[in-house]
Amino acid sequence: MIQATAAVVGAGHAGLAMSRRLTERSIDHVVLERGEVANSWRTQRWPSLRLLTPNWQTRLPGQHYAGDDPDGFMPVAEVLATLTGYARLISAPVRAGTTVHAVRAAPQGFEILANGDVLRARAVVLATGACNLPAIPGIADAVPPSITTLTPLTYRDPGRLPAGGVLVVGASATGVQLAGEIHRSGRPVTLAVGEHVRLPRTYRGRDIFWWMQATGVLAERYDQIDDLTRARHLPSPQLIGTAERTTTDLNTLAAEGVRIVGRLGRVIDGVAQFSGSLANTCALADLKMNRFLNRADEWATTSGLDDELPPPHRFAPTRIDPRAPLQLDLTSGEITTVLWATGFRPDHSWLGVPVRDRTGHIRHDGGVVAGAHGLYLLGMPVLRTRASTYIHGAGMDSEALAGHLHTFLGSQRRSHPAASWAAADRHR
Amino acid sequence: MTVTDRPVDNGVNVQALLDARGALSGAPEAAQFTWRASCTWRNGTHSHSTVDGFTGLGAEQHHRATYEFDVDHPECFASEDNGATPVEFVLVALAGCLTAGVASVAQFRGIQLRSVTATIEGDMNVLGILGADPEVRNGFDSILIRFAIDADASRDDLEAVIAQSQKRSAVFDVVTNPTKVLVELA
Repeated sequence: MIQATAAVVGAGHAGLAMSRRLTERSIDHVVLERGEVANSWRTQRWPSLRLLTPNWQTRLPGQHYAGDDPDGFMPVAEVLATLTGYARLISAPVRAGTTVHAVRAAPQGFEILANGDVLRARAVVLATGACNLPAIPGIADAVPPSITTLTPLTYRDPGRLPAGGVLVVGASATGVQLAGEIHRSGRPVTLAVGEHVRLPRTYRGRDIFWWMQATGVLAERYDQIDDLTRARHLPSPQLIGTAERTTTDLNTLAAEGVRIVGRLGRVIDGVAQFSGSLANTCALADLKMNRFLNRADEWATTSGLDDELPPPHRFAPTRIDPRAPLQLDLTSGEITTVLWATGFRPDHSWLGVPVRDRTGHIRHDGGVVAGAHGLYLLGMPVLRTRASTYIHGAGMDSEALAGHLHTFLGSQRRSHPAASWAAADRHR
Repeated sequence: MTVTDRPVDNGVNVQALLDARGALSGAPEAAQFTWRASCTWRNGTHSHSTVDGFTGLGAEQHHRATYEFDVDHPECFASEDNGATPVEFVLVALAGCLTAGVASVAQFRGIQLRSVTATIEGDMNVLGILGADPEVRNGFDSILIRFAIDADASRDDLEAVIAQSQKRSAVFDVVTNPTKVLVELA
């Protein structure tokens, strides 16, 4: 039996940030990692991926970007190096190669089964990330077996795909990047587009994340957001990190020859059927983008920055090809590969504490898990603010949650659970 | 900017809808509805349909009255034209659904409507239903709906209202997305 005051599951950016916060508070802890530091980045991301956030924004508690390209976007290899260096810098007590099989409630805390060992901890932080498994719709079962199917977790580069056409399902950050990359490899891409968030890479000379930070969008708190469920399930914006800081949207992809079709509704008798709602889906995304740009312009005026920044402008509305097909025969040989860029979901299957709602999501209040004192969730979209989705946001969230955890431990010692929980609540 | 004391009233009880959303999110069984209609053949292409009960909120429900509809085809199809065609009912359903959505979304966004008129057209090549050309589908090639809206709102705001109305429309979803349909002999 191993004892620790706190156990952090996952040594990615969120788990490491939490480790640093716990060390600052002299809370003894272990960080359990199934692989090595930054395992998902190491083993489950395609090599051409770069962060969506600019380098200047990519910071962790006690570490800021110090390279020579603050406006650039970190490639996966650099993210790996950064996180590995950070783990060393903060002397994170990482137990690499330690797979957690179960976390259960136990007297005065939790029991963790990892690699056949039992570990006892009074507090547990779930920091395994939001993107462990591909979220693939049920209709995938009807795709003919002759088609090669891939997910972003198994995709590496277009050269490994069979020759022929590729149907990319989903047009969020992943879908638009891979659609472009695959199309440029000489495999004609059809991109099935459902609800999406359109944003330009740069606006009035600044990165869109600069605008989101400046206008206060990223700082919007979870308990001040009207429809939190929706905010937490919003697809990632159509953004790509590239050295050229270029905007990729449906118009640029269509200009390159990518065929844009509606949301994939079903596959029946080998025929993929697409929604006829594409025009409205795109109209909604254009409207929302313009609403944000209006907010950005108002903020710039109020802040007296109109003389400093290039003048406001608007981007061309998304053009819909009226000939966009409503169906595609997947047995004709035209399409050889289907890539499901339909999002990700977390894998908490090993969590044996009854804290899920009826849809299987962990119930929590800004990362403080409901119904299990001492259990915390970190590194999830819009966990505490809209920034939580990104690396620097998880770093900020770790401060609040470590504070809550610290108070919780203190209150536990005084053994007045009800009164002390109110004290812990003050950290929210 | 006009300041008015009169609250926006499009006749939509937004609070009741929001309350229902909250209540049904916590009681998923009650949110499961089944809509029904029954149809009796009269003669030729003429049929008579009624709509009365439906299931929802965990119980059997009834309209205030039984609604009746005659369905037929026009005389140029060698029919007696005792009612609108089935495809026109689809247009009516779509326009009615989107218009309800416009009123609700406008109410929610504090936009007072003075008038809303939708014209809806569905283009169809009847060689499909006549079985004369296998390349032509039976259904609509495309549907165009044009909303004329008189309201205290900018054009951008009204564009956003009709976009949101489509996003939350059941019939728009039915028409634009594949639906599993089973037809069997009783």
